[in-house]
Amino acid sequence: MEKYRIDKNKGLEFGIYTLGDHLPNPLTGERISAEQRLHEIIEYAKLADQAGIDFFSVGESHQEYFATQAHAVVLSAIAQATENIKIASSSTIISTSDPVRVYENFATLDLISKGRAEIIAGRASRIGLFDLLGYNIRDYEELFEEKFDLLRQINEQETVNWSGEFRAPLKNARVLPRPQSGSMPIWRAVGGSPASAIKAGYAGVPMFLAHLGGPATVFKRSVDAYREAARSRGFDTDELPVATAGFFYAAESSQQALKDMYPFINEGMKKTNGQGFPKQHFAQGVDPHNIMNIGSPQEIIEKILYQHELFGHQRYIAQIDFGGMPFDKLQKNIELIGTEILPAIRKYTAKD
Amino acid sequence: MKIVGLSGSKVGSKTRTAMNYTVQALQEKYPDTEVTLIDLAEYDVQFSDGRNYMEYDGDTKYVAETIMEADAIVIGTPVFQASIPATLKNVFDLLPVNAFRDKVVSILVTAGSPKHYLMVEQQLKPILAYMKAQMVQTYVFIEEEDFYRKEIVNDDVLFRIGRLAEDTVVLTETFSQIREAKEAEYDF
Repeated sequence: MEKYRIDKNKGLEFGIYTLGDHLPNPLTGERISAEQRLHEIIEYAKLADQAGIDFFSVGESHQEYFATQAHAVVLSAIAQATENIKIASSSTIISTSDPVRVYENFATLDLISKGRAEIIAGRASRIGLFDLLGYNIRDYEELFEEKFDLLRQINEQETVNWSGEFRAPLKNARVLPRPQSGSMPIWRAVGGSPASAIKAGYAGVPMFLAHLGGPATVFKRSVDAYREAARSRGFDTDELPVATAGFFYAAESSQQALKDMYPFINEGMKKTNGQGFPKQHFAQGVDPHNIMNIGSPQEIIEKILYQHELFGHQRYIAQIDFGGMPFDKLQKNIELIGTEILPAIRKYTAKD
Repeated sequence: MKIVGLSGSKVGSKTRTAMNYTVQALQEKYPDTEVTLIDLAEYDVQFSDGRNYMEYDGDTKYVAETIMEADAIVIGTPVFQASIPATLKNVFDLLPVNAFRDKVVSILVTAGSPKHYLMVEQQLKPILAYMKAQMVQTYVFIEEEDFYRKEIVNDDVLFRIGRLAEDTVVLTETFSQIREAKEAEYDF
């Protein structure tokens, strides 16, 4: 795990992520400016850092209702504003970028942040960027696999010899600057079915597993499939970290948490995905065995510990800010995480 | 209440003729409803390539979004090769898996032969059930002999279309009332 800068003795890492969505607050109908949203994201990361949260990441989506298309630039500002927190992308759509440029950006970010940067590479669940950046959606699968391989090769070797279908070949190419320790953690973003998790396992790369809702046990299938695939190719799964990512909201009671969060999720998903979140499914979100970490701080602690027992994962990251959630609610959540949730999780998962 | 009539084929006129009667029945009985007829013969809809329905352009985007915004959909379909036409299947393929959740779907089918009566049961209803539609179980089956020069000449068919319009609206109202009551119970 050292390669991925994870200290097993410290227990489950806790992080926060944002997709960088830029949506109106459904309660007021008002939308803050993109400028304000970007500054709030930087401030959000700063508060997370001060609360002792381990990790903060920002995603890229190239379409209406998003503001962090240039996520590496946003992360750079976050690097400057924070001290200790790890920073990463969630995710970088490697398929539609040049892996050399991505690596240059993130290696630079690693140096600016003094060794805190990571890359999470994904395939995009919103595909508007294929048209915008001039790629063919038919190459969805191959673009990712080829470019992700190249990205990893650049990370492993300072001098790269490479040729492929979607980019000019590299001959004795040096990709500079190098990250602080020569290489940096690169994860594969996985969503949906175990089939996607298996691909990460075959390649022996750390897995970032996104989950929306439903029983936690369903996602255990993906985690198991990932480790099984990794073992079948001779990788040591004790050295391969797993992270999970999903909705989170803490309030004084689970009912209050549902009330506070539902309109933001439902209206935000309508605008970005074209379908709302069914109330019935959301109501099940507070069940102790549901993957959504919504409830009182105590209920959330128990849920995360239950998930940790199931998955044996190394990091959990929370999405709180979706759908135009006002900043004071984010502040309140960070406070609850820092004062109540984090200490309990560390107490139960750290090895002393 | 928003109702979309979807005429599912680019071929011939019988399905469109029957859909015109259905739209007229809905508008006469329920003047407060907003009824939109989409005849796929009039639109240039591309084949599904797997993207989110909102990310298409032009006619494809219009057709997909109009259906997604509806509370109820009346599907009119002919029978092609013992099944639904590819044009109609493509519309389903453009939409998300749960596209018909909280929507009512009713069916009208035109056919050259009574031997195709069960096509809807075997081909269309399983798709609608998978996409989470609440279905009006009884559909209107119309044969070649029920038409004469773009008019329906069988009163039984006209009565059935009238009942289909009523059942569509009644079921949509009923399900929306049930859902509202259930959602109010959640208190969030």
